[in-house]
Amino acid sequence: MRASDRRLPRALAWGAAAAIPALFVGVFFLWPVLALIATGFTSDGRLDLAGIPEVLGLERSWRVLGNTLAQASLATALSIALGIPAAFVLYKLKFRGRSFLRGLLTVPFVLPTVVVGVAFTALFGPGGSLHVLGLDRSLLVVVLALAFFNVTVVARTVGGYWSQLDSRQAQAARMLGAGPVRAFLAITLPALGPAIASAGALVFLFCATSFGVVLILGGREFANIETEIYRLTVQFLDLRSAAVLSLVQFAIVALALLASSLLRKKHERAYGMRHEERTARQGDAPVLIVFGATLIFLHVLPIAALVWRSLQGVKGTGVTFANYVALVDPPESSPLRGTVFDAIGLSLWIACLATLIAVVFGMMVVLVVSRKPRSRLLQRSISLYDSAIMLPLGISAVTLGFGLLLTMHRRLGIGFDLRTSIVLIPIAQALIALPLVVRTLLPVLRGIDTRTREAAMMLGATPARVLATIDFPLLGRTAGLALGFAFAVSLGEFGATAFLVRPDAQTLPVVIATLVGNPEPASYGAALAASVVLGVLSAGIMLGAERLRPAGISTGSW
Amino acid sequence: MSVQSGLVVSDVSVEYTNGIPVVRDASLEVVRGEVVALLGPSGCGKSTLLRAIAGLEPLATGSVSWSGEDLAGVPPHRRGFGLVFQDGQLFVHKSVAENIAYGLRVQRTPRDERQARVSELLELVGLAGYGSRSVQELSGGERQRVALARALAPKPRLLLLDEPLSALDRELRDRLADDLAVLLRSTHTTAMLVTHDEGEATTIADRVVRMRSGRLEP
Repeated sequence: MRASDRRLPRALAWGAAAAIPALFVGVFFLWPVLALIATGFTSDGRLDLAGIPEVLGLERSWRVLGNTLAQASLATALSIALGIPAAFVLYKLKFRGRSFLRGLLTVPFVLPTVVVGVAFTALFGPGGSLHVLGLDRSLLVVVLALAFFNVTVVARTVGGYWSQLDSRQAQAARMLGAGPVRAFLAITLPALGPAIASAGALVFLFCATSFGVVLILGGREFANIETEIYRLTVQFLDLRSAAVLSLVQFAIVALALLASSLLRKKHERAYGMRHEERTARQGDAPVLIVFGATLIFLHVLPIAALVWRSLQGVKGTGVTFANYVALVDPPESSPLRGTVFDAIGLSLWIACLATLIAVVFGMMVVLVVSRKPRSRLLQRSISLYDSAIMLPLGISAVTLGFGLLLTMHRRLGIGFDLRTSIVLIPIAQALIALPLVVRTLLPVLRGIDTRTREAAMMLGATPARVLATIDFPLLGRTAGLALGFAFAVSLGEFGATAFLVRPDAQTLPVVIATLVGNPEPASYGAALAASVVLGVLSAGIMLGAERLRPAGISTGSW
Repeated sequence: MSVQSGLVVSDVSVEYTNGIPVVRDASLEVVRGEVVALLGPSGCGKSTLLRAIAGLEPLATGSVSWSGEDLAGVPPHRRGFGLVFQDGQLFVHKSVAENIAYGLRVQRTPRDERQARVSELLELVGLAGYGSRSVQELSGGERQRVALARALAPKPRLLLLDEPLSALDRELRDRLADDLAVLLRSTHTTAMLVTHDEGEATTIADRVVRMRSGRLEP
């Protein structure tokens, strides 16, 4: 039988496409994470739960947990409060330059955390124009910086939903005498509820696992679980306590993910109604003012402060490029072994590798997950597989970096300790980028009608040819977007990378964190300049990739 | 009627994955050069039977054969059948000409021959000069014409048409039905048409087979 001869290799090919990324996630993600859990529960190879009450008995642990929850809740509340007006302006109003503005607002989300951290110190820290407010190293600045990233997440998720919401109910309420505020509170806000809640859960997750921003802006006083794990590991080599704190972090992440997935299901069900937008009216003025103020005070001001101060000399006299020159030609006092310029080169190289891994594996995953097989068992396995591959999205980068540090000394049968090389860095970054790549590409393939593939098949195309002539070309443009996404995320990745760099091979975000923590004024100047460079690279790549976004295709909800 | 010279469907049953039968014990024959319409209300299983003949649905029982060769185990892309969907299913990332040339490329037809065949087909379906257009600019009727040309291009031994005109409005549907009837005759195409429209069936087909609740009426 010719057909059954062909069925076996085909099953093997699909099996391989599914197994290779799964193996990657299993070895470099699941294993480290399980090893981390084991470290928390054992000592000297025996089950020992004593570490848990020991760590949880410390006053500092509770303060750190309290900080984490307080920062995340406040930042989530602020992001929602500012994100809803932004969603209205960007998705309900029609105006010139809207798509440009929407594209621009993807930038804060991919700006590296260290860049935003440094930008806020440039504004509120010593020498900053708002230093007089006395907010340096305060809870408020940490919360503002977290909101910087996440207002746009809320705006995107809620806006996408809002633009399809039927507004006739609210109009009916207006006809019955309700004022615009009352109609919004009574009708529109409850209707947006699921989208807001789902965005909120995601934002809470991002904030609770935030590392770079809190490390730079929070100091010891406002440390969260992430920075505490880092401190315990790197400064005190107290792996056990760090592992116990990771368990606490797992619990928080699991709860936030569970809430997010439950709420997302609700909100997906409500999709697909109509598409309504209108031009701005006088009555929209308050909303426009809130949106404008968010943009200017939360986003533009810190970035402007960063750029401006990067151009100031140590003594603050006039515009100078001294800080940028120091990137190539560092002063004697530099705490770095090489130059910042070396770090830029290494970062770009590592980001290329990470992007390659994430996009290749992401494509494989997407091809497998987008299949609609006849068998129920296969359908169920595919949906299970999908969730397994998405796991790295939920785990904090610090936990991942720490876990890799714990496990990768076991030789993996390849004869050398992976931790002595920097190969783990692109691997960790690829793991973090993989879920983003999958969520960007999947809607495209899911959107292809099965019958389009059948049409090609009926014209004589083999299954491989259908993939090559239908699936891949349709993925093309969006693959560019995913590529940019993955590259920007890898370039700015800090949490996992901080654990994996070596003194002689540091990435740009790690170098920035080192410089900013150094008391030398020249180091701070170099940190400002390096942040500008990193910010421009990330934003440029993301904006370039945004242009590849095909019209009308929604790509995930972040 | 010679069994050797066309499509023979015997005792075919098709089931959903949950085991509920959609088509029960269907038997029919289509002789070479003949155009047969499968007429029935929506949901009677006629499209499923057509897809089963194409090889896109697995058979629960029975067999489909062409010229005496049993097609069990022959995948859809090796059956040499063409299929036109209700909504065309044109490839949105390709131009009109590229859509029509798709099947010819698969067959590795030389470039000159391919271009000649594409122009010939565009002429045939009344769209001469449309080759370089994007399929997204086309009207519903033009799309179906392109879908038809695309299916005819590789000269299928059997053309399957799944409600090819149902998505169009009445007036256009009548005109296209006439065109389709002429076109199938002039190209000596063996075809099987699925429709719920009595008028369309009689206009286009030589013979009408009726179907109701998964069974063919004698």
